[in-house]
Amino acid sequence: METLGFLMDGFAVALAPENLMFALLGAFLGTLIGALPGLGPANGVAILIPLAFTLGLAPETALIMLTAVYAGAMYGGRISSILLNIPGDEPAMMTCLDGYPMAKKGKASEALAISAVASFMGSLIATIGLILLAPLLAKFALTFGPAEYFALFLLAFATLGGITGKNPMKTVVAACIGLMIATVGMDNTGVQRFTFGTLELYEGVDFIIAIVGLFAISELMFFIEDKAGGGKAKMVVNKLKLSWKDIREIMPSSIRGGVLGFIAGVLPGAGASLGSFIGYTLEKKVVGSKGYFGEGDPRGVAGPEAGNNGASSGALVPMLTLGVPGSGTTAVLLALLISLNITPGPLMFTQNADIVWGVIAALLIGNFLLLVLNIPLVGIFVRLLSVPPKYLLPVVTMVAFVGIYSISNTTFDLYFMVAFGVAGYVFRKLEIPLVPIILGLLLGPEMEKNLRHALDLSDGDWTTLWGSGLAIGLWVFAGLGLILPYIVGPLLRRRMNNAMKEVPVSD
Amino acid sequence: MTVFNDRIFGVVMVVLAVAYGWGALQLPEPFGGSEAVGPETFPLLLAVVLGLASLYMIVRPDPDNAWPLSRTGVELIIAVVVLVLYAALLQPLGFIISTLLAVGTLCWRMGAGPRNAYATGGIAGVVVFLVFTFALDLALPLGLLGILEVN
Repeated sequence: METLGFLMDGFAVALAPENLMFALLGAFLGTLIGALPGLGPANGVAILIPLAFTLGLAPETALIMLTAVYAGAMYGGRISSILLNIPGDEPAMMTCLDGYPMAKKGKASEALAISAVASFMGSLIATIGLILLAPLLAKFALTFGPAEYFALFLLAFATLGGITGKNPMKTVVAACIGLMIATVGMDNTGVQRFTFGTLELYEGVDFIIAIVGLFAISELMFFIEDKAGGGKAKMVVNKLKLSWKDIREIMPSSIRGGVLGFIAGVLPGAGASLGSFIGYTLEKKVVGSKGYFGEGDPRGVAGPEAGNNGASSGALVPMLTLGVPGSGTTAVLLALLISLNITPGPLMFTQNADIVWGVIAALLIGNFLLLVLNIPLVGIFVRLLSVPPKYLLPVVTMVAFVGIYSISNTTFDLYFMVAFGVAGYVFRKLEIPLVPIILGLLLGPEMEKNLRHALDLSDGDWTTLWGSGLAIGLWVFAGLGLILPYIVGPLLRRRMNNAMKEVPVSD
Repeated sequence: MTVFNDRIFGVVMVVLAVAYGWGALQLPEPFGGSEAVGPETFPLLLAVVLGLASLYMIVRPDPDNAWPLSRTGVELIIAVVVLVLYAALLQPLGFIISTLLAVGTLCWRMGAGPRNAYATGGIAGVVVFLVFTFALDLALPLGLLGILEVN
């Protein structure tokens, strides 16, 4: 049991007092970020990266804190789904279906507690899955050559939109924009590219500036446009009356949801939305007519919530083992890894074993922390929900400014960030997805390096890129990732919408 | 339902692809002579892919999302101007004063009462400044308030 030994070492890292403290801080901040309006998980993690840097945290501490933020944000997202019928992000949509009716029946705190337990189960199952699967996948990935890596990167882009994505061509455009920005600066043979003689561009565009600008600043602009500056109605949460029997009843649903979610998270192109959707539909099928789904069935809260959290932990598998993130938030975590000078991918499991296993152990510990934090502290989070965005977003923007400024103490970076923000606003208006842009920025240098490496080895013969069975397989899947959304996408989206409509949201 | 957004963006992107591809062809040969793949290979590949995808956007555009006009549009421009000014004034005015002005103005324009708005800006500025200076040991510019500093 080699893995077990590594995991024990990981626990030793994660349980160091400083790391534990930052994990707790991260879990708390993450839940806040998830719960607050207008601050998605990707956005929140992005804003915290520069701060983790300027604090001069050790790599494993920074990574542990931000992983805890990531896990916490998934927990937090459900609070507004249940109390306000407003999903914090897309995967939390299915939680609204039964969570909000439960809250209306005066069982808000039961719904919150059940969803916390289900989230915990989902994450726990998925983290165990991660522990079992990641080393195997990392070992397998060691056989990849440059051509396979190039194809793998293509696969990552092609499936990023997910099979529910709208227009795959826009994903292609977005990926190209990101990759182009990544080519700015000095390439690895020392040639200046697209710097226009500007000294600040010689080292390329700092992707952290781009990420914070694209997410945080464009979010502010969207809020101004929607005039959504006011606060939300205050919610009253009843006193918790939950027996062990209630928890036992939702266990099967949580376990099923967690397993499905994990699978959806690992597979490219599926993601947390699909995880929670499948979690919910399966629950409905399994329980059948005995349930009262849509009217506040606790199992309808547990299934999708476990699926959602299972998927988000599952999404860490490709990110850690292959260096290829499958979602926006894992892309932001990848940004953190790269800026900590850790090359993600199979080698990380041997070269930075302490960090990888420390993070995995932190994920387990973080889950317990979150469960403990969430049940008693839910009142605080609920109160914070009523902070009006008109105060919150300007302050968040300021924090983004401070973070970026403190990286290099130059104003140039700030102008750059604002420019990215305006661009991000325009992209979002045009429905050009932002995540492929970021992934392009992150993977660009690696992708080019692998392409050049593969072609150098074959003396410029391009057919080498699909020279092995594995590479061909990756190309085929990449192709499917672009074509399937045209066929399956509309069908799935219609189903998800129907599921939403079926629920009589009577006011 | 209009379809101008995607078409215009597609044209802009085709122009970008051509300019970028042309720029890649102008790149100097790397030291040590040209090889099978040079610094221009990957950019050229990107230029071709972006060009083709943009052409697709021109041919098969999605329906438009409306752009904010009149008042909301002005508010958006104000917000961007505030952010640019914030960046420009951060060093000369110092962190606390520029934050008071920038966060205050943003809150106010987003619908908060002026007094509450600038109070939020001021408090946020002072708190973050103190946290950065004393807890995190990072220097933020003091600017105009520098004269208050005890030497």
